[in-house]
Amino acid sequence: MGAETYQIDLGNLMAFDPSHHFQSIPSAREDLVKECLQKGTELVQAIANALFSLPSTEDPDGPIVHLPQPTTRLPREKHLPKPKPPTKWELFAKAKGIKNRKKDKRVFDEQTGAWKRRHGYDRVNDDKDVPIIEAKLTDEPGEDPFAQRKVEKKKRVEKQEKNRLQNLKQAMKAGALPSHVQLAATALPITGSQKEAPKKASKEELENVAGMAATATASGGKFDKKLPGEKAPKHAGKFRKFLPVVEGKGMGTQEKQQTEKILNQLMAKSSHDILDVNKAVTMFNVKKERQRKKEKDREVFNTSNKLKPKKKSLKKSSKKKN
Amino acid sequence: MLKIKTPKTHRAKRALEKHAPKLVENGKKTLILHGTKTSNVLNSVLTQIYHLKRDSAVKYTKKNENIRPFESGGETSLEFFSLKTDCSLFVFGSHSKKRPNNLVLGRMYDHHVYDLVEVGVENFKPIDSFEYDKKITPRIGSKPFFAFIGEGFESVEELKHLKEVLLDLFRGEVVENLDLAGVDRVFVCTAISSTTVFLTHCALRLKRSGTSVPRMELVEVGPSMDLVVRRHRLPNDSLKKEAMKTASDQPKKKIKNVSSDIVQGKIGKIYIPDQQVGNMPLSNEIKGLKRERREAKKNKVNGDHQSKKRKTDPL
Repeated sequence: MGAETYQIDLGNLMAFDPSHHFQSIPSAREDLVKECLQKGTELVQAIANALFSLPSTEDPDGPIVHLPQPTTRLPREKHLPKPKPPTKWELFAKAKGIKNRKKDKRVFDEQTGAWKRRHGYDRVNDDKDVPIIEAKLTDEPGEDPFAQRKVEKKKRVEKQEKNRLQNLKQAMKAGALPSHVQLAATALPITGSQKEAPKKASKEELENVAGMAATATASGGKFDKKLPGEKAPKHAGKFRKFLPVVEGKGMGTQEKQQTEKILNQLMAKSSHDILDVNKAVTMFNVKKERQRKKEKDREVFNTSNKLKPKKKSLKKSSKKKN
Repeated sequence: MLKIKTPKTHRAKRALEKHAPKLVENGKKTLILHGTKTSNVLNSVLTQIYHLKRDSAVKYTKKNENIRPFESGGETSLEFFSLKTDCSLFVFGSHSKKRPNNLVLGRMYDHHVYDLVEVGVENFKPIDSFEYDKKITPRIGSKPFFAFIGEGFESVEELKHLKEVLLDLFRGEVVENLDLAGVDRVFVCTAISSTTVFLTHCALRLKRSGTSVPRMELVEVGPSMDLVVRRHRLPNDSLKKEAMKTASDQPKKKIKNVSSDIVQGKIGKIYIPDQQVGNMPLSNEIKGLKRERREAKKNKVNGDHQSKKRKTDPL
């Protein structure tokens, strides 16, 4: 028994025998398990020897020992909490040497002549409790002093909120935002004369643009490096389908049907319903229109037209067969 | 523009605080998930690992197509799940022709993949194939022992890494106080060859030995399996340095009014405010007052009904 050669980490209740070496690994599974358990028992006994020799305190559930810190270093789960940067007031107070003093929770209120809370509901010097405000010479006629006080109070609260947000932003920069606070963007910052915030690009739009950019190389983006998390561009358009060459159970007859249909239409007596006159006329008209437009474009060269990406669908031209 | 968002309920606040980074951390939670395809063996391996870690594990049952921990871009959804469930260990099972019965064990730091070990499972024996006295079944959440046997754990880099990951996976929470009556399980890991590790889970039976240290006896309770190391990825050095920082480096918080002396040891100062007798409120319930009244009443009673009381006395 070489208890000295074992490495024991009491904090993790772990023992490690680095010197053990199997002379020959037993071929039968049972023998291997037996040998492992035997060796394991030795190691566990070594841990127990160290564990039970620690000073223990009695408890109704059993003896309790104080474990040492683990010696095997394992990584943390999350980073260490970062210290919170001082707020603007804290910096100012430090520079001026201002120290926090405890204030009483209850204060004597002279208006009502009673003891009241300093803050909160039914507090001292509450604006709601002021029945009369004495007029001053500087007062402007037509102004409600009560409303004015309310507005001032609201302004003070707003200012405090602004300061709080500023301090939280600083804390976020340092990565020390309190765990229960989140700073969420309400809208993009408005700059210049723009009245409305620019509309957010939708996921689909972004995907389209990314797909266009990704396939804009000679190889269609085949050899480009992929970013982590980037997916292959979605296949737009139809896939070509081929009918089976060999006749089988279901699909095989389809080709036959297809050709038969066309033949029947051609061979039929009233073959004029193959030609849709209306359709033919519109097609002719559209073609002519296009040609005219092309000629016009050649004359008046439009630069803005050239910069715009040509929207070209991947589909084949939509000429119908029949 | 930014808006301050705070939780609306105290419960939500507590939940957020639980997820926040702490100086002294709680035990790591484990996320257990499947790949596109899993074999029967792998399904039961994952379930039984979940059973072993029932108190601190989350098991997902859906198939995950886009999780490939070793490939770049394949960890995105894994990291998202880790963030969602607050797990920093994961066990990912997948089965393919190239890598049958594949198990990826990995750790997360700050919800990003820290390191990975890929093992193949062979010779798996589930819990229910073992027969033993059910009284010694290990309890959920008890602190396990570990026994690592074999030189491979020191000389072979893959196994050294696997040892650390296995220890992190099964050790549970770091505790200061341990109840000696509560130790009931061991993980025995043996390096059979340079790539294979035999892992088994045993119950502990404490037997009397005549001394204060009981004799330990191992009873195999399963699951047991062979782990064949395939691929592995070590953390990069800067990340490792960052993750190994511990709270013990920080100075301890000073306790007020307690100081230590070389000769006398720990000294505590206690302040007792002056007793202000003058300010004490007086009421009828004060005992001193009460007794006076009672005595006065007694005297009165004694004076009035002396003859009556005497009559009742002899009875």
